[in-house]
Amino acid sequence: MATTTRQKAGWGAANTVTFVVIAIPLLWIASLSFKTPAAIADPSFWPAQWTWGNYRGILTNSTFVRPLFNSIGIGLIATFIAVVFASMAAYAVARLTMPGKRLIVAGALLISIFPQISLVTPLYSIERSIGLFNTWPGLIIPYIAFGLPMAVYILAAFFQQIPWQLERAAKVDGATPWQAFTKVIAPLAAPGMVTSAILVFMFCWNEFLFAISLTSTTSARTAPAALAFFSGGSQFTTPTGPIAAAAVVITIPIIIFVSVFQRRIVSGLTSGAVKG
Amino acid sequence: MADMVLDQVTKRYPDGTLAVNKLSLNIADGEFVILVGPSGCGKSTTLNMLAGLEDISEGELRIGGKVVNDKTPRDRDIAMVFQSYALYPHMTVRENMGFSLKLAKTPKGVIAQKVNDAAQSLGLTDLLDRKPANLSGGQQQRVAMGRAIVRSPAAFLMDEPLSNLDAKLRVQMRLEVSKLQKRLGATMVYVTHDQTEALTLGDRVAVLRGGVLQQAAAPQELYERPLNLFVAGFIGSPSMNFMSGTVDGGTLHTALGDLPVSGALRQELSTASREVIVGIRPENFQDPALVSADARPHGITFQATIDVLESLGAEKYVYFNKDLGKTKYVTELEELAKDAGRADSGATSETVVARLDPATRISEGDNAQLWADARSLHVFDPATGRNLSVAAGTKASAAGQAGAGASGHGAATPSTGQPTSGQTRSSTASQ
Repeated sequence: MATTTRQKAGWGAANTVTFVVIAIPLLWIASLSFKTPAAIADPSFWPAQWTWGNYRGILTNSTFVRPLFNSIGIGLIATFIAVVFASMAAYAVARLTMPGKRLIVAGALLISIFPQISLVTPLYSIERSIGLFNTWPGLIIPYIAFGLPMAVYILAAFFQQIPWQLERAAKVDGATPWQAFTKVIAPLAAPGMVTSAILVFMFCWNEFLFAISLTSTTSARTAPAALAFFSGGSQFTTPTGPIAAAAVVITIPIIIFVSVFQRRIVSGLTSGAVKG
Repeated sequence: MADMVLDQVTKRYPDGTLAVNKLSLNIADGEFVILVGPSGCGKSTTLNMLAGLEDISEGELRIGGKVVNDKTPRDRDIAMVFQSYALYPHMTVRENMGFSLKLAKTPKGVIAQKVNDAAQSLGLTDLLDRKPANLSGGQQQRVAMGRAIVRSPAAFLMDEPLSNLDAKLRVQMRLEVSKLQKRLGATMVYVTHDQTEALTLGDRVAVLRGGVLQQAAAPQELYERPLNLFVAGFIGSPSMNFMSGTVDGGTLHTALGDLPVSGALRQELSTASREVIVGIRPENFQDPALVSADARPHGITFQATIDVLESLGAEKYVYFNKDLGKTKYVTELEELAKDAGRADSGATSETVVARLDPATRISEGDNAQLWADARSLHVFDPATGRNLSVAAGTKASAAGQAGAGASGHGAATPSTGQPTSGQTRSSTASQ
C-alpha cells in the first residue's frame, strides 16, 4: 500500500503526539528524580543540576530496599506456583472432555475480572485471624488466586494449538501420560509458559491494593506500597525526589521486560504462537 | 513379527453409535493388509483399536496368539505412522527417530546405531540434524516411517500416510512403502480411502462399510468376484455401471438388450426377486468393429449416442445415456455416489461409461454401435445387494475352484482370512 508523503507526514505527526502524551509524565518523573530537593519546585523541565542523591538515598535506606526485595521474592514465588499449576490445569482444559469443563473455564474468567477492592476487607479480617497478615504468604496466596486464572487462560490457548496426534504418537512410542506431557507437550508450550510467567509477574510487581491493605511493616510490604510510606525531611515536606527515584527504580524492570519480550506478550494475549 | 487376529471386534461409543460391528479378520505374519472404505466406515477406528489407542467394546484381539485387549500400545510392540506424521517439532530428526528407544532406556550406542541404519535405508542420513519444520512433505513422511522402523515392531500400522502428499509424490511413495514392506517382511495394516492405493499395495484388501466388513480378499478377487453391490461399485476406477434388469423365465432384460440366463443363476434368482440390478464394468465394453469373431456371440450389441469422448492416449472413455431404471433408489448405490461426489455434482445416474480400445473410430456425437461382454456381467439382488452371479458361479464350479479364497455368500461375510498372496485367475463363471 503506497502511502503518499502527506499520509506519511500525517501518521508521523499522530505518532509523535501519542508518544509525547505517553512519555511526558514518565520523563517528568525521571527528571524529578534527578533534581536536588531545592530544585523540586523549580518549574523547569530538566534539572539544572543533575544529582544521584535521591537514588543513593533510597537504595541505602531499608524502607525501600527491603520492600524491593519483598517484591522480587513474592513476585517470583507467586509466579512460579501459578504457572506450574496453570499449565497442568490448562492441559486438562485443552485435552479432556469432562462435565463442568465450561464451568471451570468460565469460573476462571470470572475470578480474573472480579473487582479486587471488594475483597480487601474480608481478606484483611481473614488474614488477621489466621495470622497471615503482614507475611509473605499473606500476599502470595491472593496473587496466585488472581494470577492463576489469567495464566490458565493464556496457556489453554497455547495447548490447544498443539496437535492431539503428538500425544498419540508419544503413547505409541511408549510414553506414559506424564512422560508425554513433560517430554513432548511442555517443551512445545514453553513459549506460552514464558509469556504467562511474564504477565503474572508483572501483575504481582505492579499490584498496589493488596500490598497496601494486607501489610503493616516493611517485612512484607512490596515496593509500590512502600512508596506511600516515604517520609520527607520533616512532617510537612513531601519527599518528591526520593519518591520519583523509587518510581523510576520500580518501573525500569517492567520497561526492560516489555521491550525484550514485547512480541511474546502480544502473541500471548492474542492467541497461541505454537507451530505444530 | 507376529500375526494379528481380530475376533468379532466391536467398538461402541458411549452414546450408542456402533463404529465397528463384529469385525473378524486374520492378518498373517508378514502380510500387507489394507483396510479401505468410504469416510466413516470404521477403518481408522479399527486401526486405533489394533494400536491400543481406543478400547475394544466387545470381542478379542490377539497378537501372536496372546489376547491383547487390555495392553497398552507400548506392550503390543506396534509402531504407527499417522496421517499428519505427528513428528515432534522441537526435536531433530535423529531425536524423533530415537525417542521411543530413549523411553525404553536403550543404551545410547544402540540407539545411534539403529537410527543411522534406518536413516540410511530411507535416504535420510543428511537430514538427521534438521527439525521437522525444515523438511518437505515427502521427507517428513519418511521420517515418520523411520520412527516406526527403528523400533523393529511386531507390526506396522499406517493411517492414510500418503494422503497429505501431492499426486506425483504419492505414486512414488506408494512404491517406497511397497518395497519397504517386502524388504522388511513386515506385517503391515494400512488404512486408506483411495481404492487405487488399496489395490496396488495390498496382499489382501478388506472393504468396510458402516463398520461392517464387506469382503476381505486379494485385489484381483475383489475386482473379479465382488460379493456385493457395494464392493462392486467401490473397487475399480472408473466404477462399475449399474442398471435395472428384469428376469423373465430364462431371459434377462436390460437397457442394453436381452440376455439368456444360465441354469445356476436362474437357481439363485428363484430365491430372489424378479427385479435385479445388473453391473458391468467400463472395460467390458468394446467397439464391435474391433471384437474378434469368436468373442462376439458372447455379448450383446446395442445403439447409443455418444455424449462425451475422453481420449487418454492408451485408452478412450465414452459416455452415453441410457435409461438405467430404479438404480437411484438403492442405498448402496446412493452411498457410493455420495462418496464419489456424484450426488452433489449433478451427474445423472443415467450416464454409462465405457472404455474402448484407442484404435476405435467412434467419435463424439456419433449414434454408434457398442458391444458389451455378457460373460462379465454381474447380477445383483436389489434387496440385499448380494452378487447372485458370483454365488451361482461358486456353486456351479465349487468342485473345480482350486485355491480360491474362502469367500462365502452374504452381504457381510467375515473372511476367515486364508491369506493367499497368489490368486488363481478365476474364469468369469457368470454364464
